Amino acid sequence: MKILKIIATIALVGFVGIQFIPTERNQSDTVPETDFMLVHNVPETIQKKLQVSCYDCHSNNTQYPWYNKIQPAAWFLEDHIKEGKAELNFNEWDSLSSRRKSSKLRSIIKQIESGEMPLDSYTLIHKDAKFSEAEAEELINFITQLKDSL
Amino acid sequence: MKNLKMSIAVMLLLAVSFTNAQEKEKMNHKHGEMEMDHSKMKMDKMNPAAETVLADYFMLKDALVGDDTKKAAQSGSKLVASLKKFDKSSYSKEQQKELADIIEDATEHAEHISESAIDHQREHFKTLSKDITDMVAITGTKSTLYEQFCPMYDKGSAWLSTSNEVKNPYYGSKMLKCGKVQKTIQ
Repeated sequence: MKILKIIATIALVGFVGIQFIPTERNQSDTVPETDFMLVHNVPETIQKKLQVSCYDCHSNNTQYPWYNKIQPAAWFLEDHIKEGKAELNFNEWDSLSSRRKSSKLRSIIKQIESGEMPLDSYTLIHKDAKFSEAEAEELINFITQLKDSL
Repeated sequence: MKNLKMSIAVMLLLAVSFTNAQEKEKMNHKHGEMEMDHSKMKMDKMNPAAETVLADYFMLKDALVGDDTKKAAQSGSKLVASLKKFDKSSYSKEQQKELADIIEDATEHAEHISESAIDHQREHFKTLSKDITDMVAITGTKSTLYEQFCPMYDKGSAWLSTSNEVKNPYYGSKMLKCGKVQKTIQ
């Protein structure tokens, strides 16, 4: 019984301790001119969908959930955001060459088609981030057109 | 007196033949230089870095033809490494910019190929093939390449091969012969 108590105390101290380790927050007040929505004429419904479903991890501005205040959840999020932005950052869209844009648009289409994005771990909590069949079709059509016009 | 005349004549003959020989040597030398120029031109056409990239690309292509995900992934990693080593310094500024763009794009696709399942590998192989084709347009290559085309995969997809016999990397054994040679690159 005593051992259990010790383990519980250590776990508690550890849990409290890691709360003091700072995390990098992905937040910005300005949207740069290179942003995808500023460069292209994106229909409003698609704009909203992209904002809700993609921009949290693929832009410089994340709408953080409440549990981001708690470790280790914050680390988990930080990791995903870093990886997401490295792969594609909608805010910096126009700094890409047309070859790179075409590649990225292709990947967007494939990821939405196969349902790989948005991640299951994300839609588990952000129910509204999920794509309905109609929404997926609308986005894919728009992105395909955009890709062909590059 | 007769002796002196003889020796002068011999001397003259020697001198003439000597200069003649020198001239010939010069000409040989010139000829040699010309040959060197020629081989330098050939060297330009076969940038060793580009050849390594191509070799890795063909290894990847063959792996996909053989439906071998693991080998394709390995070739993908190799390609990432050889793209990183690509030396662009011998090209014009404009070409360097274009090559940097191609390499950045190709590297991303190669990275994805190194860590994906075969369907995904084939998707990335399509864009990668375009990148490599554009690279060859700038660097040239020592061997003859065939651009082949399959009208069925993803609304039509091309790839490069060293043989004019069609072996489809997008379908592998499922539809090995689908496609045709659409261009010969020399």
